[in-house]
Amino acid sequence: MRPRQSNFWKVFGVPLAIGLLSAGGLFAALLGDGVWDSLSWLGLGIPAVVGVWGLVRRP
Amino acid sequence: MKSTTIRRWSFIHTWTSLICTVFLLMLALTGLPLIFHHEIDHLLGNEPELKQMPADTPQLNLEQLVAKAQAHRPGEAMQYLAWDEDDKNGVIAIMAATAGTEPNSSHTFMLDARTGDSVEMPSANGGLTMFLLRLHVDMFAGLPGKLLLAFMGVLFVVAIISGTVLYLPFMRRLKFATVRQDKSTRLRWLDLHNLIGVVTLTWALVVGVTGVISACADLIIAAWRNDSLTAMIEPYKNAPPLTLRAPATDLLKIAEQVAPGMTPDFIAFPGTRFSSEHHYAVFMKGSTHLTSHLLTPVLIDASDLSVTAVAGRPWYMDAMGMSQPLHFGDYGGMPMKILWAVLDVLTIIVLGSGVYLWLVRRKAAKP
Repeated sequence: MRPRQSNFWKVFGVPLAIGLLSAGGLFAALLGDGVWDSLSWLGLGIPAVVGVWGLVRRP
Repeated sequence: MKSTTIRRWSFIHTWTSLICTVFLLMLALTGLPLIFHHEIDHLLGNEPELKQMPADTPQLNLEQLVAKAQAHRPGEAMQYLAWDEDDKNGVIAIMAATAGTEPNSSHTFMLDARTGDSVEMPSANGGLTMFLLRLHVDMFAGLPGKLLLAFMGVLFVVAIISGTVLYLPFMRRLKFATVRQDKSTRLRWLDLHNLIGVVTLTWALVVGVTGVISACADLIIAAWRNDSLTAMIEPYKNAPPLTLRAPATDLLKIAEQVAPGMTPDFIAFPGTRFSSEHHYAVFMKGSTHLTSHLLTPVLIDASDLSVTAVAGRPWYMDAMGMSQPLHFGDYGGMPMKILWAVLDVLTIIVLGSGVYLWLVRRKAAKP
């Protein structure tokens, strides 16, 4: 089991961080305007940018 | 993960996604323009514009507005009055043949609170965005359509979860965001499906779950009527039908007294599904950003204007209230709408690549 445990974090580490940032972004704009809105753009911007970047990237 | 475990999850992922894909594609495609429905309606000239008047022009009282509305549509019953978010002089009126008429047969228009003049709101009664909205909400099939889409939403959520489980064995030997470009088209799309799927995961889950909750709105409102409303209006069970409606003039003042610090969102007139046969229901919203999505109804006797009850908010009504912004993406300005659109397009790509990967596998499996 041990090597698989470390596999889990290796595979899910970055996606988990992006997921938490997205969740924070979704929640932030519910709390207020201004800075809170900007936080939500940051949180949701990261998955959007990573997704588009993967798509348009060429070797 | 054992290979049989992988095969099981793979089976779940394949079939839950395949079944819901057609519906999800329709939802994602109609949802895309709906993110910008305000802007589209504005461009099409379907949004109401009130005329310019001095800023301190006084407003008519509510009963005067109701009278103006009834003169505008004689013979119809007032169902709801609501306040426009953009223009404080805009009062949205919804009228229909009877108070209990179902929402899609109602007529929505705007009253200028200063003059009582009626301004048509074509976008609320038909036109392009309304057509897309009906497709998106119930495919013109009423409650069965909504429940079918809710079920598809549940399948979508299962597909997302099973996809996440499968992400582990597929990515074990690959670094995050690896897209193998030069091996084969199938591998490139498999990697893209995994990458885009996993980064849009949270957003897709939230929009999916809140969509399912919104699709069940009719059931949630019916539950609220059965649970809370019935108990509150118990004393009126055998009361004779309302003959003379007391004027609506002071409704807001009365509601604000019993719900201090809250602001009115809409008024449901007697006989609608948000009130009883004998009550006005003034729905008050919280004053903070977060609580402005949560509505507290104040039930006011429609014959003597006494307050019958300030209703509690059952958790499922709060869940429905919070689901709306989280599904529409309309709570963080234009940048958020654009991000919502990008994430929606990325979801379409995940759905499309999923079908492609299934087709290629199937072809390869054949002798």
